[in-house]
Amino acid sequence: MSGATAHIASGTARGRGEAAVVIADVAKHFGRVEALCGFSATIHYGRLTGLVGPDGAGKTTLMRVMTGLLVPDGGSVTLAGFDVVEDNDAIHIASGYMPQRFGLYEDLSVLENMRLYARLRGMDADQHAATFEDLLDFTRLGPFTSRLAGRLSGGMKQKLGLACALMAKPEVLLLDEPSVGVDPVSRQDLWRMVRELTDDGMAVVWSTAYLDEAERCESVLLLNAGKLEFDGPPRELTRRIDRRSFRLEQVGAARRAVLSQALNLPTVSDGVIQGDAVRVVLRADAARDAIDALVAETGAALQPVQPRFEDAFIDLLGGGPGGTSALAERFDAVELESDIAVSCRDLSKRFGDFTATDSVSFEVRKGEIFGLLGPNGAGKSTTFKMLCGLLKPTAGEAQVVGRDLRRATGAAKSQLGYMAQKFSLYGLLSVRQNLDFSAGVYGLQGRARRERIDEMIETFDLQPYLGTSPDALPLGYKQRLALACALMHRPPVLFLDEPTSGVDPITRREFWTHINGLARKGVTVMVTTHFMDEAEYCDRVAMMYRARLIALDAPDALKRGAVDDAHPDPTMEDAFIHLVQSADLDAQARADASAA
Amino acid sequence: MRRWLNTLVNARLRAQIVKELLSLLRDPRSRLVVFAPPLMQLLVFTFAATLEVRNAGIAVYDRDAGRWSHELTARVAAADFVKQVYTVRSRDALRELIDRRKVIAGLDMGPDFSRAIAAGDTGIAQVIVDGRRSNAGQITVGYLNAIAAGVGADAGRDRRNTDPVVIRHWFNPNLIYRWFVVPALTGILVFFNALLITALSIARERELGTFDQLLVSPTTTLEIIVAKIMPALGIATVLGLLMIALAVFVFHVPLAGSFLLLLPSLLLFILSVVGIGLMISSVSATQQQAILGAFAVGVPSVLLSGFATPVENMPQVLQWAAQLIPLTHFLVIVEGTFLKAMPAADIIANTWPLAVIALVTLTLATRFVRSRLQ
Repeated sequence: MSGATAHIASGTARGRGEAAVVIADVAKHFGRVEALCGFSATIHYGRLTGLVGPDGAGKTTLMRVMTGLLVPDGGSVTLAGFDVVEDNDAIHIASGYMPQRFGLYEDLSVLENMRLYARLRGMDADQHAATFEDLLDFTRLGPFTSRLAGRLSGGMKQKLGLACALMAKPEVLLLDEPSVGVDPVSRQDLWRMVRELTDDGMAVVWSTAYLDEAERCESVLLLNAGKLEFDGPPRELTRRIDRRSFRLEQVGAARRAVLSQALNLPTVSDGVIQGDAVRVVLRADAARDAIDALVAETGAALQPVQPRFEDAFIDLLGGGPGGTSALAERFDAVELESDIAVSCRDLSKRFGDFTATDSVSFEVRKGEIFGLLGPNGAGKSTTFKMLCGLLKPTAGEAQVVGRDLRRATGAAKSQLGYMAQKFSLYGLLSVRQNLDFSAGVYGLQGRARRERIDEMIETFDLQPYLGTSPDALPLGYKQRLALACALMHRPPVLFLDEPTSGVDPITRREFWTHINGLARKGVTVMVTTHFMDEAEYCDRVAMMYRARLIALDAPDALKRGAVDDAHPDPTMEDAFIHLVQSADLDAQARADASAA
Repeated sequence: MRRWLNTLVNARLRAQIVKELLSLLRDPRSRLVVFAPPLMQLLVFTFAATLEVRNAGIAVYDRDAGRWSHELTARVAAADFVKQVYTVRSRDALRELIDRRKVIAGLDMGPDFSRAIAAGDTGIAQVIVDGRRSNAGQITVGYLNAIAAGVGADAGRDRRNTDPVVIRHWFNPNLIYRWFVVPALTGILVFFNALLITALSIARERELGTFDQLLVSPTTTLEIIVAKIMPALGIATVLGLLMIALAVFVFHVPLAGSFLLLLPSLLLFILSVVGIGLMISSVSATQQQAILGAFAVGVPSVLLSGFATPVENMPQVLQWAAQLIPLTHFLVIVEGTFLKAMPAADIIANTWPLAVIALVTLTLATRFVRSRLQ
């Protein structure tokens, strides 16, 4: 495409569409865990192939088998014509691999890192000045060559990793979750670069847990629990639910109740909230009358919509969970002293000369689901921690139910339920002991404590796992246990920090069913997420970017603001990119003004 | 006071103490840290690390070959600490043996050794010692002196009936090394045990992210600290009692003093160490940092405590520093109680510093945990 990529692509004469990687009956297990259950697939040159699935699906294992870093227990893989086991040395020349956390040396500069990788590849760095220039040009890292790798943003780190992986002009490029921790704008850059590479004939494999990214790939390998669920162009999968995807529009305030009712219909396989609307997928060959009755009853408008990959995946797995949360059913309607559950004013936090949160203010009403949205490093977690009293603000104040939690008594802290990032559970204790501990530390005693624990075991179906360590639980159950521990004392305010990261979409549906149910009982929910589409569940979303609050509104309003010719029906991600770009323009304008 | 009592019995605290104990006992690594080193150190210290000289080689260069040189050689060869006597024929051969570390000392007797003794003069024998092993060398010279004095006495007895000076060692008449080492080891092992358990405790939670979970719960900082003290106090006390029992029943060290005075001193000692461990833990972000911190504090503590070298021999500044170390005080108490029935007043003189150290370190640890919230 461009002149730059001509040097980067390997220049082999292999035609597009020819097989780059052939996977034949490949199987791999670790102990009793089947990471890959024996499947076959082909990856082609000149194509972007998505390796898609939730955490623990087997993506990384397959990646490592393809690069010859793991020997499969059964079957074979050939890459660029070389067997990954037999011709292991050739694989390292034919392939470029970018692991999840690329091994950049943080104390070396951008250029020093590149020179190091060139030497590791046996290239004389001085003779490849042209390649370096091309790569820097291609990744747009040219202006930052002397910056230490440790001081790059998440997106720039990935670009440098990509430059290093491209160093030896590989025929096959394997990227393991390149978009994790990268803001949407940098992510678009990565997509652009990868597209240029495939246009030049390279085979690129992009693994991801974000199912919406699958729609951008030309071909998809969809993995779930070590099995290949689907292999082909994404459109082929979404076509299956083509005339079964609808949106119930203008349900507004009733959307949570409508979703719950819809999901409880036997004809509905899956449903989510999208701003003021509810999106449903009907079961194959299901009659329309039940949903039509619901539409008539609620006064909604039923609109057919474009199917999404994630919905198709859930349909493939047999549909999502029902719409009733057994957990929320048991909650009493929440009473709070004040109408404002959470508030902060001019909240700032500086670590040395780094500003993590810059003058953030908002108020969260009782019973609201309030989302803090933004890429890694935008200041979400810092803001979150100041709100629940884990960090002292440099300036401003934060209150939960009218109190500063840093100075609050035990009684005030009991109003809060907190689920930490990555489900911080005691791995050395059993599931049962974790439940006991949470109940005890919130002061539950005697019969109340026994009843509450039994209730959680029943609701979350934890009985078979009571004796196991949380570390050994499947991710979905880990999330359930963390939620059970956070809700043991029935708090009126719930803080959730990245509650669904890495969790499969069905478990995410189930999780949101609980959260929706709790919100209907008046529980206030604060949630951070980097899944843009999950922001749709929130009543209001605060978008954070570079420590600042750049927008705060209902999801639909944010999306409306981003409507333009290119995006007539923008997604949350489009809305975010739009806001970030205008924030950058504003900052630029301010800088220019102060310079003048 | 009532607040304290409330703190001590409430459900939140109970849940935390159970959690602490379970995470110590269910973790194979923690179990290893808690139980393996004490057993190993007990074996190493009591059987290998001894200050006595044993199994030594001695070279004898006998240029006299008379009655008294034979007598002296025979007695040296028969001595407990000697494994083998090497007879050499030249100074060079003697030098060679010392050089190759075959022997720790050489005995050089002149040609007129027996003659001088027979004439009623002093027989002179030279002892050449390996200065590279100065400590063991000096002890060897001491042993050889005693043997030579014995020979001299027997030679003298032929004419004059004078007894040589008789030395009596009080409290440990036979100078049994284990009598000294096992009680001291009680202190050292309890010290490391309590230090490691507590140093890991907060750092482990911080590493796993569960500490945040704890801080947002209604539990107070005081409860967190108390919950972390209890398991360490319990386990270290059990270990200490076990060591005392081993000393008395297996190694037969006489417990001359009062066990009832020793027990509260042990508890105070553990509390003061727990305070230090929690201080280290509260400023560490990872378990690795905590372990490094514990050893950075632990090793100098043992060296300064007076276990290996008397505190009185140190420079003044280090003597002051030694007073800040709980182990210094506890070693005085435990050695005193075991071997010489130290009176209560002297024990109290050494327990109140422990109480002060415990109070200061525990207060600081609580402060650190609280200030980490900031």
